[in-house]
Amino acid sequence: MELDIVDLSRLQFALTALFHFLFVPLTLGLSVIVAIMETVYVMTNRPIWRQMTKFWGSLFGINFAIGVATGVTMEFQFGMNWSYYSQYVGDIFGAPLALEGLMAFFMEATFVGLFFFGWDRLSKPAHLMVTWLVAIATNFSALWILIANGWMQHPVGAAFNPMTMRMEMTSFYDVVMNPVAQAKFVHTVSAGYVMGSVFVLAVSAWYLLKGRHIALARRSITVAASFGLAGALSVVVLGDESGYDAGENQQMKMAAIEAMWNTQPAPASFTVFGIPDQEARETKYAIHIPWVMGLIGTRSLTEPIAGINQLEAQAELRVRRGILAYDAVMKIRETPQAMGDPAIRAQFEDNADDFGHALLLLRYTDDPRKATDAQIAQAAEDTIPHVWPIFWAFRIMAGLGFTFILTMAFFFWRSSFCRQTYPRWSLWLAVVMVPTPWIAAEMGWIVAEYGRQPWTVDGVLPTALSVSHLTISDVLLTLIGFAVFYSILFVIEMMLMLKAIRKGPTDDVQLTEDWEAAHIRRLSPTQNPAE
Amino acid sequence: MILHEFFSLEFLRVLWWLLLGVMLIAFALTDGFDMGVGALLPFLGRTDTERRIIINTVGPVWEGNQVWFILGGGSIFAAWPLLYAVSFSGFYLAMFVILSALIVRPVAFKYRSKRPGKAWRTAWDWALCYGGAVPALLFGVAVGNILLGVPFRLTPDLLSIYDGNALQKLTGLLRPFALLAGVVSFAMLIMHGSAWLILKTEDPIASRARRTGTVAAMIAGAGYALGGLWLALGIEGFHFVTQPDPNGPSNPLLNDVAQGGSWLSAYAARPWIVIAPVLGFVGIAMVLRAFRAGGDRSPLLWSKLAIFGMVASVGLTMFPIILPSNTDPRSSLTVWDASSSQLTLFVMMVACAIFLPLIMVYTAWVYRVLWGKVTAKEVSDPDSHAY
Repeated sequence: MELDIVDLSRLQFALTALFHFLFVPLTLGLSVIVAIMETVYVMTNRPIWRQMTKFWGSLFGINFAIGVATGVTMEFQFGMNWSYYSQYVGDIFGAPLALEGLMAFFMEATFVGLFFFGWDRLSKPAHLMVTWLVAIATNFSALWILIANGWMQHPVGAAFNPMTMRMEMTSFYDVVMNPVAQAKFVHTVSAGYVMGSVFVLAVSAWYLLKGRHIALARRSITVAASFGLAGALSVVVLGDESGYDAGENQQMKMAAIEAMWNTQPAPASFTVFGIPDQEARETKYAIHIPWVMGLIGTRSLTEPIAGINQLEAQAELRVRRGILAYDAVMKIRETPQAMGDPAIRAQFEDNADDFGHALLLLRYTDDPRKATDAQIAQAAEDTIPHVWPIFWAFRIMAGLGFTFILTMAFFFWRSSFCRQTYPRWSLWLAVVMVPTPWIAAEMGWIVAEYGRQPWTVDGVLPTALSVSHLTISDVLLTLIGFAVFYSILFVIEMMLMLKAIRKGPTDDVQLTEDWEAAHIRRLSPTQNPAE
Repeated sequence: MILHEFFSLEFLRVLWWLLLGVMLIAFALTDGFDMGVGALLPFLGRTDTERRIIINTVGPVWEGNQVWFILGGGSIFAAWPLLYAVSFSGFYLAMFVILSALIVRPVAFKYRSKRPGKAWRTAWDWALCYGGAVPALLFGVAVGNILLGVPFRLTPDLLSIYDGNALQKLTGLLRPFALLAGVVSFAMLIMHGSAWLILKTEDPIASRARRTGTVAAMIAGAGYALGGLWLALGIEGFHFVTQPDPNGPSNPLLNDVAQGGSWLSAYAARPWIVIAPVLGFVGIAMVLRAFRAGGDRSPLLWSKLAIFGMVASVGLTMFPIILPSNTDPRSSLTVWDASSSQLTLFVMMVACAIFLPLIMVYTAWVYRVLWGKVTAKEVSDPDSHAY
């Protein structure tokens, strides 16, 4: 396979983003879990909760460092590898990224040092405040990043300016209140809470199986199960697909998720299993559940969900209107006075929303105005993403989502109503489940971003145009560099994480034991609740 | 939103030019000492305890400091998207090297003291040295190249073309004047890191820092003077050929910039800007005096003044040019034609007006909580959470 500069740049972006996204959701989840534990400590004054805060906090720290390190790459890679994208939409996309630094990451990074170093320098409430500030800032950070990402999925509050050859913001309010961004934010932070909970649950279950650190593990399971159940319900019920009826390109992604080649009468059925065949435009061996997709996609029983073939036909119309807009833009660029000509202005403004579709033709011709019907049909076909990876990624993610609800509900029930006792098989299950939230999160990224193709910004800027003017060897060099570098980091981080888990809590050990000994509880605290 | 039209585009552009300067200077003043400390680590710390003391002087604060760089990058993206696009893609491999340094640093801080082995710790010490020294050098090289002009051109679609492959682009950056600028910025941050160590450590580390700091300040001062002389005698500046419209659209191709004359003619047009280099030289002189006098706090204060003056002088000399092109001067990015739209600049201005003061307040609080020298007793306390 011949890889061109666009493929390589995409590969590098996917690699660095997917890698970064291994650590970020855990940071999101653990930051809140740690803050909850410290809150219990400050309220009850029981040293065990302080020990828990410090122990999970130290694992949070190992994870946080690599999340920060890989996040730096994300912030600068847009300029390095996607410079045309950066200049074309920086007016809108740059703002939430800068606001993330200004409002969230600054706070997070400034206080995270005090979280680790401030135990002896701060009063209890002051340290608790620091911990919560880290957790809140982390979540705020996700909000701004997802506002930026949401805009790529559903670009609102912006318009093309022919004088500056780029998109410019027309409403900051619309960019922030973008329904897709809001849905994504809730979905993504919830996914982080689930990941943090599954992680805490799995490590604690392992301790119980080994009969170690029982007091810490039992309490940790209680926190993880309650918080995780809330997170798992939220991540599924408030799934990100609630934003998919927001625009035509989002609709295309929805149709690809469902491998729905033709519009179905409402309410659409959900395909549990099937093998999508893009060539023949059909899904083989499909098993349907009636009504479900209509409910997921439109939250109604009466609204239809558009099919791929119908959306493709719409896209072709948009390409044709886009050519008119392109023609007007070229006239304005040749003679800026044309901006004052009402006919040309009207020609541009009437078709401005479809301007991006004309840019799809640049793959096939240097001048979209001279495009043939075949080229226009080809451009319309390009708006269909590869169906099967999206179809299957979604099913893996959604299936895992339901598994999380069941697991968390089970542990919540055992923790609340069964005197915190857990059958051994369930503890083993919790340990085995440890990679699943990561798989689900990465699949979610693939659905959202691979499903966005062929656009970097849906309907506005094709991916093929977004790249920097670089040579193949440039990108190949950094791609290999990142791959090697990240692999080494990954090995080291796993090594340290496993070592820290194996070692268990090292802080306040004596203090906690003394306290435990002095407080014989209803259940003997050292009795292993593993059945 | 109509509110943003109360502020002219011209005003917002100048303001954002200033804010960019504020962020870059804040980055140099805060993360600057982290990088200097990192670069000095293997040389000033002779035993493991000494090295841990050095690391823990910046351990709790470097992360927040580095955000000035992230914020600077984000602000360039938001306020000067063309600058972000052209410079980061143009300096492609150099940016990758800087990224590698910035990636290795957080992990090195966090992971170094997690294991006792000597080889493990020594490896991370050198990683911290790399993470500090390389950006300190390359940021200066970048500034030197910007003064010389960078070989890029813009197509009518405003795609930035920077010819050559990555290696040619990287070696193309290593021009003599740019290397001098790299030496100056490196020496400047070594001076700053030394001043920080004097504040935060006791002897023998502090007295070693005093010696390296003195040498570094001399090199920074001499290099800065030499650079000024070089600019005066051997380097052509850039200027507008036609008077640009400060409120015009952000499209560099609509304005004409040419190379010729001297950058230093700015000092004839705006004599007051001479204050910046004067502050730079005064700062250096006072740092040298403070290093000799033996105070703990004064070296850092004077070092800050010196860095402020030196960094500010570059921006003030170049204004209103931001990133000149030496192969196609017409494509040069300037304050008047490379900014974001009026609305975006306004929104970001409001955000800065609220959050920059807030950031300063809580950063100051964190530094106050952490006030005091880092001692051997502190880092060897098993409950201290020191790195």
